[in-house]
Amino acid sequence: MSGNGLHVGTGGYANERPPSSTGSAEMDPATDPASSGFFSNDYKRHDDLKSMLDSNKDTSKLEAMKRIIGMVAKGKDASDLFPAVVKNVVSKNLEVKKLVYVYLTRYAEEQQDLALLSISTFQRALKDPNQLIRASALRVLSSIRVQMIAPIMMLAIKESVMDMSPFVRKTAAHAIPKMYSLDPEQKEQLIEVIEKLLADKTTLVAGSAIQAFEEVCPERIDLIHKNYRKLCNLLVDVEEWGQVVIINMLTRYARTQFTNPNKDEMQDEADRPFYDTDKEEEEEGAAEEKPQPKTYIMDPDHRLLLRQTKPLLNSRNAAVVMAVAQLYHHCAPKSEVGIVSRSLIRLLRSHKEVQYVVLCNIATMSIKRKGMFEPYLKSFYVRMNDPAPIKLLKLEILTNLATETNISTILRELQTYVTSSDKEFAAATIQAIGRCASSIAEITDTCLNGLVRLMSNRDESVVAESVVVIKKLLQTQSSGHKDIIIHMARMVDTITVPMARASILWLIGEYSDRVPKIAPDVLRKMAKGFISEEDIVKLQILNLAAKLFITNSKQTKLLVQYVFNLAKYDQNYDIRDRARFLRQVVMPGENSRGLFTKHAKKIFLATKPAPVLESKFKDRDQFQLGTLSHVINKRSTGYQELPDWPEVEPDPSVRNVEVVMPWTEKTTTKERKDKKPKKEAFYSDEESSSADEDSEEESSDDESEEDSSEEESNQEESDDESGSDGDEKSEKSEESKEDSEDESEEENSDEESEEGSEESDSASEEEVKPKARVTNKTDKKTPGAPAQSTGPASRDFLLDLDDCKCNECLVCIALKSSVIDKVTLYCHCNK
Amino acid sequence: MIHSFFIINNTGDVFMEKHWKSVINKSICDYFFEEQSKCASVDDVPPIIVTPHHYLINIYKNQLYFVAVVTTEVPPLFVTEFLHRAVEIFTDYFQECTETSLKDNYVIVYELLDEMLDNGFPLAMEANILKELIKPPNFLRTITDTVTGKSTGVSGTLPTGQLSNVPWRRTGVKYTNNEAYFDVIEEIDAIIDKSGSTVIAEITGYVDCLVKLSGMPDLTLSFINPRLLDDVSFHPCIRFKRWESERVLSFVPPDGNFRLISYHIASNNTVAIPIQLRHNILYREGSAGKFDVQISPKQTMGKTVENVVLECTFPKSVLNVTLTPTQGKYSFDPVGKVMTWDVGRIEPSKYPGIKGNISLQTGAPIPEANPPLTLHFSISQLALSGLKVNRLDMYGEKYKPFKGVKYLTKAGKFQVRT
Repeated sequence: MSGNGLHVGTGGYANERPPSSTGSAEMDPATDPASSGFFSNDYKRHDDLKSMLDSNKDTSKLEAMKRIIGMVAKGKDASDLFPAVVKNVVSKNLEVKKLVYVYLTRYAEEQQDLALLSISTFQRALKDPNQLIRASALRVLSSIRVQMIAPIMMLAIKESVMDMSPFVRKTAAHAIPKMYSLDPEQKEQLIEVIEKLLADKTTLVAGSAIQAFEEVCPERIDLIHKNYRKLCNLLVDVEEWGQVVIINMLTRYARTQFTNPNKDEMQDEADRPFYDTDKEEEEEGAAEEKPQPKTYIMDPDHRLLLRQTKPLLNSRNAAVVMAVAQLYHHCAPKSEVGIVSRSLIRLLRSHKEVQYVVLCNIATMSIKRKGMFEPYLKSFYVRMNDPAPIKLLKLEILTNLATETNISTILRELQTYVTSSDKEFAAATIQAIGRCASSIAEITDTCLNGLVRLMSNRDESVVAESVVVIKKLLQTQSSGHKDIIIHMARMVDTITVPMARASILWLIGEYSDRVPKIAPDVLRKMAKGFISEEDIVKLQILNLAAKLFITNSKQTKLLVQYVFNLAKYDQNYDIRDRARFLRQVVMPGENSRGLFTKHAKKIFLATKPAPVLESKFKDRDQFQLGTLSHVINKRSTGYQELPDWPEVEPDPSVRNVEVVMPWTEKTTTKERKDKKPKKEAFYSDEESSSADEDSEEESSDDESEEDSSEEESNQEESDDESGSDGDEKSEKSEESKEDSEDESEEENSDEESEEGSEESDSASEEEVKPKARVTNKTDKKTPGAPAQSTGPASRDFLLDLDDCKCNECLVCIALKSSVIDKVTLYCHCNK
Repeated sequence: MIHSFFIINNTGDVFMEKHWKSVINKSICDYFFEEQSKCASVDDVPPIIVTPHHYLINIYKNQLYFVAVVTTEVPPLFVTEFLHRAVEIFTDYFQECTETSLKDNYVIVYELLDEMLDNGFPLAMEANILKELIKPPNFLRTITDTVTGKSTGVSGTLPTGQLSNVPWRRTGVKYTNNEAYFDVIEEIDAIIDKSGSTVIAEITGYVDCLVKLSGMPDLTLSFINPRLLDDVSFHPCIRFKRWESERVLSFVPPDGNFRLISYHIASNNTVAIPIQLRHNILYREGSAGKFDVQISPKQTMGKTVENVVLECTFPKSVLNVTLTPTQGKYSFDPVGKVMTWDVGRIEPSKYPGIKGNISLQTGAPIPEANPPLTLHFSISQLALSGLKVNRLDMYGEKYKPFKGVKYLTKAGKFQVRT
């Protein structure tokens, strides 16, 4: 090996070699190093790579690993290099190490025995002082899908959930589902671990913990109770991807733990237009203030969830917006669902894939909640260069939204689509017109006339579609329209699309009493060309023949017999069967008694129920919105049914977390769990906690208010009452409160930094300059702290004041001299 | 959640794959190809394809298909959003996200994908964090690496952002020139009907930023007329509370390029249409069809309309067009039947026009409807909605940054029915 290293060293002088392949060139000077990886013979395939990996120079190892990862990325098989690669897991070079890790996760499954060689390295790395190394070791260890190491993995996970670093804990949360898929029997133990993670108070962990919960034990909803309020309050600060998972889980939670807010209105699902979305705030306030009929009172926790998710409608992440929208759709009182529509419409400007999914969801929502999207009708107008699936979805929504008032606008718009050069789209438009016509009685005649005009269109598919739609429409109409039927009978000669021909024939057969003279003639024409027709047309000819024979046997007897005879020898057995059957029923032979014959008229010419023209999305509401199953309209693997509201609300007290007054005792873990994340939260609103927590918070705030003006204490009071609906108001007062704090408590500036960094800039313009500088000092420190500190101090860079006993920092001094005596602020002395 | 990931180029070559759980053979992409072959246009491929055991969620971008394979229930937007975000990050790393740039940087792409997801669930998606973990390719660094023999491609410590309250910002940022640029970009989506009246017009706007500021600046951006913004989506760095109460944008910005907000101004507000078309299109048998379009500015607030491009997709029965523009150049793509007229800028003195004949296939029926026209244009130094930045204040750092605001109005989906 050392000799090899020397060679490489000398190779450096040989300028004719490309520098990137020095290692391999030395070992195998005969082959061209660049191509040998791919073109050399099988038996010495990758020889150069192997020798590069064996060299003791990091650069050549790195080069080799890069090429190997390149092969992995391209999907080429690099598994025979496993022994050579796995040795390098101990490499000191971080980049090499990382690439080896990447390689291991890809191939460990195929080379289980060899993979075991690397385990001890990971075990050692799990104890590394560097949190990144611990985390990545856990990541790789858990990604090696080797049954045998399951116990080691379990141990590692258990240890890591107690890790100081939230990043490692997050990785542990990710490892849980991996472990579960490797060994489902460990479920019980894993649930214990999940329980611990759920109690975690950092925003970094929350999303991943819930994801693990969803994958391992979604049925254990009881684990959520104690964490519910914390999750709601944390939500704003969790990263976007975690938000999606949490909101989806909370939707399910809400459906099992709260009662239906719309129970009283279940009966009148009338589509009264909702309200102007501009008035949403007032509306929301009103909904809460006026007592709902039949005394429905929303659980404060239910309200908390809705309130905390609302700001997320402004997220840049479409998935988050959709998650909130489906939450409101499934769990909010009817009057409040409207606020999501505007955000959904905004998503329509996004990428076409996002558009597609959002439109699917709007299509389902718009069936039940017309009023919600009616103001945005025009956003669903089709552009000719929209992708085909999007055009169809928009059309669907336009039809769903049609009401008596807007139908003329919609029809005018649909008219322009009919002439589109995209014939499939034009055909879909005709169907849409048909649906509008059948749902809104006033326009049925107008639509019918329009469709009849379309029948003289040059394009065959348009004509065919109109015929089919007219047939359906006529069926829903009880009388009249003789002229249309005559017109259609004439078209039999020209139309060639089978479906359309079949429709016309059926129509003439069904309403032959309205056109007694024409019907037999049509049958004559059809009989002439019977053999060259499509199967579905033949079947309809037989039907027509049978019906005509019943109503008008004198004129048509011979003709009918002729048709039946032709059908008897048809190639298609369905047609032969049908012919035989019809013949027996309508014109029984001498030896059969013809039991059915006297009832034939009842059988064939009974009034048939009209087809219902309805949305394709009608049945989709069985699926939870925003899910994959909803979009594909099929139950996908792992889909969880959205439970129905419980009749009686389960005990709400399960969500109560024991509240310990922070200043009475050393903070208990439980108390911390609840308090801490709120404080850490950089951007979350502090006033937003639920009412019972508010009281506690208020009391702590009160103290800091000692020198604040009266005006504010007034506001404070109003806060108390406002409970849930005073959302905006209370925020404002919060802001101003902070302002005054900034101004008045100069000496406390340090300990305020947490709040200061959040709100410091809210101070008035002239105050800002000196103030901001102070805040900044700590601001800079904050993110910097956790990286360097790995020892005991790294647990969280902010310590609870209780823990600070240094008696030196500003907070402690202030506390002693009882300038303040509240415990909710944090100090930065890190002791 | 996300099981595997494939990148497919236009010729159907699966040139990159990554698996976060067990390996799925790339033959799964055959289902995708099957579905793709059914579609007339690349845009029509359904974003979600169902196969017996897997679901393929795909996006199409830069002539590439990015396909994610999932096996269990997952919010589809979650996956789509991830794919788009991944493409954005690649673009950020390699300046462009094309087949060549991805192929040139196989290893980095693979490492990035490995960092982004863990077990199929997003781990680090912030460009600022990723850039600390895996350094973007950089010419200077490559040289230092070769000279010193060390590799600096990956970082050994956890990026501090990951744990902080501002995960989108790197720490220890240092610039000699501190500058912050804000581009207010607005796109008009409109449908204009035959008679020239507006069927629908909406404005979608963005504030895109390039922030190169040292340390941890805390910025406050205020608008003269924030009431205009009633439907906004925010970058996570924005303090929602401040917006709700004071209508100012207060944030600690990420480092580099990012989109601060995007907003949507709905149709109920009247939107001034800056350009108008006069058109006369007539089909007749043979080569006697007529095509005559004139463009004139309408409400441009005294600004010049630039980069005007007119597109017209003719029906299949059109063979060719012979046109003479008064300004600019036109081209006709005989396969897609698309006529593109590159007009350039509209001078206030004379309005551009294009005139000529359409030749139809003989014997083919005369198309019954005229083709819709699509317009592209841009107007610089104008935000059509009237949105104006009032001031930008910086707190928390002592230096004086250079600040710049730019306005631009563009045509989004601007269609004229004829």
